[in-house]
Amino acid sequence: MLDTIRQHFGTLRCDAAYWSLRFVDERSRYVCVRQDVAEAPNLDRDSGAMLTVFDGGGYGYAATADLSAAGLQAALDRAHDWARATARHSVLPADAAPPHPRGRRVSPGAGEALPTGRELLDLALAESAAAGFDERIVDWQASIEVREADHLLLTNHGGDVHQQYRFMVPDVSATAHANGDTQTRSLSGRGFCRQGGRKVLADAQFAGAGRRLAEEALALVGAPNCPTGRMDVLLMPDQMMLQIHESIGHPLELDRILGDERNYAGTSFVTLDMFGSYRYGSELLNVSFDPTPAEEYASYAFDDEGAAARKTLLIERGILQRPLGGELSQRRAGAPGVANTRACSWNRPPIDRMANLNVEPGASSLADMIAGIERGVMLKTNLSWSIDDSRNKFQFGCEWGQLIENGKLTAVVKNPNYRGVSATFWRSLKAVGDQDTFDMLGTPTCGKGEPNQAIGVGHASPACVFGGIDVFGGEE
Amino acid sequence: MEACFHELAAALDRALQPGETYTAYFAAEQSDFVRFNQGRVRQPGSVAQAELSIDLIRGRRHATCSLTLCGRAAADLPRLPGALQELRALIADVPEDPFLLYATDVHSSSSKRPGQLPPAERAVDAIATAAAGLDMVGIYAAGKICRGFANSFGQRNWHEVENFNFDWSLYHRSDKAVKSAYAGFAWSDAELGGRMEAARVHLEHLKAAPRTLDPGRYSAYLSPAAMQELLDMLCWGGFSEKQRQVKQSPLQKFYDGQLQLSGMLTMAENAGGGVAPAFQGEGYLKPASLPLIAGGLPGSTMISPRTAQEYALAENGADGDEAPGSIDMAGGALADADVLGALGTGIYIGNLWYCNFSDRMNCRVTGMTRFASFWVEHGRIVAPLNVMRFDDSLFRVLGPNLEALGATPELLIDNHTYDGRGTSSARVPGALIRDFSLTL
Repeated sequence: MLDTIRQHFGTLRCDAAYWSLRFVDERSRYVCVRQDVAEAPNLDRDSGAMLTVFDGGGYGYAATADLSAAGLQAALDRAHDWARATARHSVLPADAAPPHPRGRRVSPGAGEALPTGRELLDLALAESAAAGFDERIVDWQASIEVREADHLLLTNHGGDVHQQYRFMVPDVSATAHANGDTQTRSLSGRGFCRQGGRKVLADAQFAGAGRRLAEEALALVGAPNCPTGRMDVLLMPDQMMLQIHESIGHPLELDRILGDERNYAGTSFVTLDMFGSYRYGSELLNVSFDPTPAEEYASYAFDDEGAAARKTLLIERGILQRPLGGELSQRRAGAPGVANTRACSWNRPPIDRMANLNVEPGASSLADMIAGIERGVMLKTNLSWSIDDSRNKFQFGCEWGQLIENGKLTAVVKNPNYRGVSATFWRSLKAVGDQDTFDMLGTPTCGKGEPNQAIGVGHASPACVFGGIDVFGGEE
Repeated sequence: MEACFHELAAALDRALQPGETYTAYFAAEQSDFVRFNQGRVRQPGSVAQAELSIDLIRGRRHATCSLTLCGRAAADLPRLPGALQELRALIADVPEDPFLLYATDVHSSSSKRPGQLPPAERAVDAIATAAAGLDMVGIYAAGKICRGFANSFGQRNWHEVENFNFDWSLYHRSDKAVKSAYAGFAWSDAELGGRMEAARVHLEHLKAAPRTLDPGRYSAYLSPAAMQELLDMLCWGGFSEKQRQVKQSPLQKFYDGQLQLSGMLTMAENAGGGVAPAFQGEGYLKPASLPLIAGGLPGSTMISPRTAQEYALAENGADGDEAPGSIDMAGGALADADVLGALGTGIYIGNLWYCNFSDRMNCRVTGMTRFASFWVEHGRIVAPLNVMRFDDSLFRVLGPNLEALGATPELLIDNHTYDGRGTSSARVPGALIRDFSLTL
C-alpha cells in the first residue's frame, strides 16, 4: 500500500511552493469481556490521506479516503483552492512552509506476531472470571485493544518519512456496591497504554488484575470518606499522569498561548514573557518533552509536519524554559519549541499537542516519602478531572486514597479529591520519587482542537509529594 | 452517497453464506472546516469521510468490523469480501453472546433535509467581514452528514442533512469573552451580521473591572448554555438502564427513591424534534418522545437492545451508550426580561466548562464558570466575573435549590466534531438557583 501511495504521489501536480501528502493506515483489534460474557470482538480498518498546501501566505488541507491517483489529485486541488482563497485572511507568516525530511521509525514489538483474537479473548476471560468472586461485585470487565499503524509523510521536495507503530491498551475494572454506595477500581484509569507487543500486557500486570482490583473495590466500598483539610498528598504515577497533563502540558501548549484554542479548549495562564524566568515549580521539578523512550505511548521520530523530534527540558529546576509548540507556532510566536505538531488521524490537520511529557525521576524512595509525611493521603488512579480554561484552578479526584499518619500508611478512604491552582501548586513539590517509583503511562484520548481531535499522549512520572494541599471527600 | 450505501448493502446481502445475518451502520460526511483566530483564518480545509460498521452474525455468535470507505462503490465494494472473511474467522473462535439482540421486523425509512449553504469560501469572506476589527476565534463547520442502516432482512434507513454550525467567541482580553453560535440549514449573511453585532454589544459588559468572589454560596442564574453542561452530566450514564442495573448511575438514589429532584423538572428524549437519525445501530426505531423525568419523578430509562436482552426488558430505541441525543427540558415561568430582577444580587453564569463528577453516587458535580459571567447587584450587571469553581450536588441544584426555570427553552445544536460532526441537540431553559456552591 505504501508503495502505491508513493507511486500516486509521483503523479500529482501542483504549482504551490510547498505541498505534502500524509497517509495514515490503521488496523486495530478490540476484545472485551464483561461479567464473563464476551462481547463481539471488533476489527477496525481505517486509511486515508491528507493533502496540504502552503502557497502565497495561504494554507489549505483536504482529507480523503479515495486513495486513487485521481482521488488524491482532487484533494490536492481542493487544498490548493483553500490556500489561494484564504491567503488574504491568513494568520500565518507569508513564507511559512514545513521541512522535507527523510526517515523511518518502528515501534518495539512491531516485528512480532500479533496475538490472535482467541489469545486476547482468553486473557480477558481469565481476568473477568477472577473478578466476579463476591456478590457485592456488581460489574466487572476486561478488555484489550491492539492497534497497528503506518504513517507516511511525503513532500513535494523529496521528503519521505515512514513511521510504523504498534499500540497496546489493556484495561480491567471492577465495581463493588454495598451499603448504598458504589466504588470502582481500574487498571490505571485506562492510563496504561504503550507502544509494543505482548510485553506491554506483562508490564501492565494484566494477569491477576481482575482479582486484585475487585478486592480493592470491596475495600473502598467499606471505607470512610476521605477527610477534609490541608495536608500533604503523595501522588502515585497514575495520578501524576493527569496532574502533569492538565496543569503543565495544556498550559504550555503554544497554540493555546497564541489564542487558537480560545473558543474550545481554552487559553493559558502562561504568557510568552514567562519563558526563561518564571518559577513554575520547586527546585525539584524537571519536566521533559521526550519522544524517545521506545515504549512510551507518544514516541516518534518526526512530527506530522516533518520536524525531527528530540528530548528537550521544558522546566528545569523549577524554572520554565520553553513551550510545547511546533515549528509553525514557533514562527508565529517568535519563541523556541519542540517537534509536537500532530494530528489524530488522516482526517484532521496537525496542531500543537503534548506527545510524551514526563517528570524526571528524583532521589526519594517511596518508603522515605511516606515516612516523611506526618499527616497526608496517598492518591492513586485518576477518576475525575476538571480545570479552568486558562489551566489554572483545578480539582481532581482519584479512585483510591490511603491515609498517611505519622509516617505510616493507614486506613483506606474513598472519594478522595483535591484542588489547587497550577500557578502555585507545583511550587509545593516537596519530594520526587526515584526510579523505583517511576512508571510510564498515558492516555489514548486527549481532546483538543477545532475540528475536535482525540489523540494519544504519554506521561511517565515518579511518585511525588506536595505539601499543604486542600483535600476533601464525598458527600456525608 | 446514498446510492453507494445501497450498493454496499446489496453486496452484503449477496455475500452472506447460509446461516448468516448482518446489521450494518453507515456514517459519512463531506465537511468544510474553517478555523479562525484574531478574526483571521488559521486552518481552512475539507474532509470527506465514510465508515461502514458491519456486525456479522451466525446464530448467537458474532463479530464486528469498521471499514473506512471513500464513497465510490467501485473502490469500496471490493473491500467487503476480505472484511467478511476476517469476521468469519473471528466468529469461529468466539463464544455465543447471550445478550445479542437486533431488529428483525423491517421498518425502512428515509429522511433528507437539504440545506442552502453558500460556497465555503464565500462564508469565510462573510465571517471575516462581520468580524473585522474584532478579536474573533472560532470554527465554521458545514456540509452534508449522512447516516444509514441496513440488515439482511431488507431493512434500509437513511438520514441526510446539510447544515452549518459557526461557533465563535469575541474576546476583550485574557479570558474575558462572549461565546456565540449560528447554526442551521439556510445561511444568511444578514443573520450572521446581526448575531455578530449582538455579541459585540454584549462584549462591552466585559470591559468593566472584573470581580473576584470568595468561595461561598450564591444566588445564581444559569443560562440555557450553562444548564446544558449540567444536563450533559445527567446524560453521562444518568438515564442509562445498564448503569442503573449495575448501580453506577449518578441518578441511582433518584431511581431508588432516596433523593428527590424538583417538581419543576420535566425532560424527555425528543428524537422527533431533534436533528439526529431516528434509528439506532441494531435497526430499532427511536420513539418520537421518551419521558425521562416528569414533574420531578422518574420516567423511563434509556434501554439499548443489549441491555434489554441482559435484563429481560423491552428496548426503547436507545443507542449502545444509552445517552439522550435530543434531550428536551420543559421551561418554567421566568420570562427572559425578568431574569436579572429575579436574580437580584448574585451571579449570572453564561457558560459552564469542564464539568466532572466529584462524587458520582451523590450526583455531585464540579466545574468552572466561563465566558460571559457577571456579578449582578439589585438586578443590574455590575462587573464581569473572574472564573470560579463550583462543586455542588445536582440533587440540591435541581432539587430544593431550584427556584425557577426560564420560560423560553433554547435549542442548542451540538458543535462537537470528534470523529465527525455531531448530530445531537438539546432544548434547555435557563434556571434560577439559590445557594449555588462556589469553592475556588
